[in-house]
Amino acid sequence: MTVSIADWFKETANWVFILLAIPTLLGAWRTVTSNNIVRSVLYLVVSLGGAAAMFLSLGAAFVGWTVVLVYIGAVIILFLIGIMITRAPLGMKAELSHASNVRMPAALLSLSMFVLVAWGLIDAFSNTAIEPFEPTPTSDIANLIFSRFVVPFEVVSIVLLAALIGGIALARRDDGGGA
Amino acid sequence: MLNQYYGDYITVAVFVAIGAILVGGAVAANRAIAPRAPGGFKDVAYESGIEPIGGGWNQSHIRYYIFALLFLIFDVEAVFIFPWALQLEFFSSIGSGLTVLVEMFVFVGILLLGLVYAIRKGVLTWE
Amino acid sequence: MEFVDNFWFQLVLKLAGILGVVLTGALVVIYAELKIGSHMQTRIGPYYAGGRWGWAQPLADGLKFLQKEDLSPTGSDRTVYGFAPYVVMMATIAVFVVVPFGPDMVGANLDLGAFYLLAISSLSVLGVLMAGWSSANKYSLIGGLRAAAQLIAYELPLVLAVVAVVIQAGTMSLNGIVDAQQQTWFTIGSFNISAPFIIQGQILGFAIFMIAAVAELSRIPFDMPIAESELTMGYLTEYSGIRFTMFFLGEYASMISLSAIAATLYLGGYAVPGVHGNIVNLLGPGVLLTKVAILVFVIIWIRWTWPRLREDQLQTLAWTWLIPLALLNIAIVSIFKVVF
Repeated sequence: MTVSIADWFKETANWVFILLAIPTLLGAWRTVTSNNIVRSVLYLVVSLGGAAAMFLSLGAAFVGWTVVLVYIGAVIILFLIGIMITRAPLGMKAELSHASNVRMPAALLSLSMFVLVAWGLIDAFSNTAIEPFEPTPTSDIANLIFSRFVVPFEVVSIVLLAALIGGIALARRDDGGGA
Repeated sequence: MLNQYYGDYITVAVFVAIGAILVGGAVAANRAIAPRAPGGFKDVAYESGIEPIGGGWNQSHIRYYIFALLFLIFDVEAVFIFPWALQLEFFSSIGSGLTVLVEMFVFVGILLLGLVYAIRKGVLTWE
Repeated sequence: MEFVDNFWFQLVLKLAGILGVVLTGALVVIYAELKIGSHMQTRIGPYYAGGRWGWAQPLADGLKFLQKEDLSPTGSDRTVYGFAPYVVMMATIAVFVVVPFGPDMVGANLDLGAFYLLAISSLSVLGVLMAGWSSANKYSLIGGLRAAAQLIAYELPLVLAVVAVVIQAGTMSLNGIVDAQQQTWFTIGSFNISAPFIIQGQILGFAIFMIAAVAELSRIPFDMPIAESELTMGYLTEYSGIRFTMFFLGEYASMISLSAIAATLYLGGYAVPGVHGNIVNLLGPGVLLTKVAILVFVIIWIRWTWPRLREDQLQTLAWTWLIPLALLNIAIVSIFKVVF
């Protein structure tokens, strides 16, 4: 099915998409290019916020708010606290080094990641019509998790437990005297 | 186009924007009427009246990182527990209530092991 | 087109209503705090300032802050420093979207109401950390870290307490939760008895929610992050003038929103037992605001009568008591739901 460019711009949903995609991409770009590590994390918030809004515009409200709750509300906080307890020169001086010898491998890695994810998505969903702004009920998600995906669900808890124990093991002092 | 869902989230977006406009408006009003005389000691960071000592590095205790990690893990749990809470009535009406109950108890139980480990290792206590 | 016009018209009405509630509500609560505090601790204060009973004092404070110079310390990250109050205020106002003041008097009756408000209110932690780091002040950084650690520690019991309500109501929509409290609980003869969730076995949940809510507000006894005696004003140390006012206003607005949520989840919200139909839309705001006023009074009361918890006691209370208790509460409620 081909869509002419003029038709594409007639859809409100596409305008909403553009409106959300621009800050998402700009946030992602500045995350990588910013010289200041804390600002980098804050740009990542912009990018994640855009992603959350994108999910909302596709009707996946639960996923959208999960991005806000878990990624912005917890992962970003973990990043910020991690930075602030270790190497947070106060204020503007938190410089990042952009060694030029890592730029190429990093660019290659992210490009291949992009190709992989994009190819996977196009391969799986290019023929699926998604009705924008039509909500997916959360109950459907629950029904899937607790019937078809029970085993992965339980495995998630073990992964989380492993992450927690690993983090504690790293953070503790070796002398056994507790933290 | 303008269905219930879309309208609801326009409302949310407008409310968020109003929060920003409220602060922006107050700051703009402040800029219009407040005096501006930069410089001098009023721009120095407050350190109980003496001049700031040192600047750059300020390391804090690692325990804050553990708190954040624990929070992240239980936050992920919360994401799974909400759909479960929502559908518990439905599951028990189709007769699989107990199964689903046990599934969640196992999940939370495994995570609680992590909390118990953290408490037993003393990472949550001060010395 | 008629529906569209209607929608935008309604939106303007909702905005006006919410701004009215937030701004006048915050002023009233600030005033109440001054008066109740002075009565409880015999802090007499000025006799002649602020008109009769000092009604104009909060307004005068606001006007004073508005005229102050906008300072930012040397070495601070001005963009982040300036943006932190925006984040806090946006999160605070956005919470009001889902608070129902009547069956139809709600910003947006989201299916995910309870989940939405937990997600959106978690953003204020971000604002606190931004404020703490960007101020380029040692008190601010330590205060920011402490505040963030406290906010996340008490967010979990808050979330888990809400989960128990969701189980009992079978819905995440706040309107739905109010409706569920209007449903018949049991019948005596031909009388249908309905009761708010606090009576239907959510007393533990309500207690956990209120303790966590006071901690989320960083108020005494949980005001370690901004403890004057050791951290000056915590992450707010360098803030002054209008930006400080925004944090201050946000704090009192969150006091109202958290009380409104507690009233909706546990105390029946806008509903009056036995009253149905359109009249509830009319009575609703008054009923809800009365419940909010009671809860706000309790929160103020706690502040003026309790000593401050130590930082370690505060974390221990959250992690070793409130979270396991909240999980126990969920277990009990869910077992009841499935078995009976």
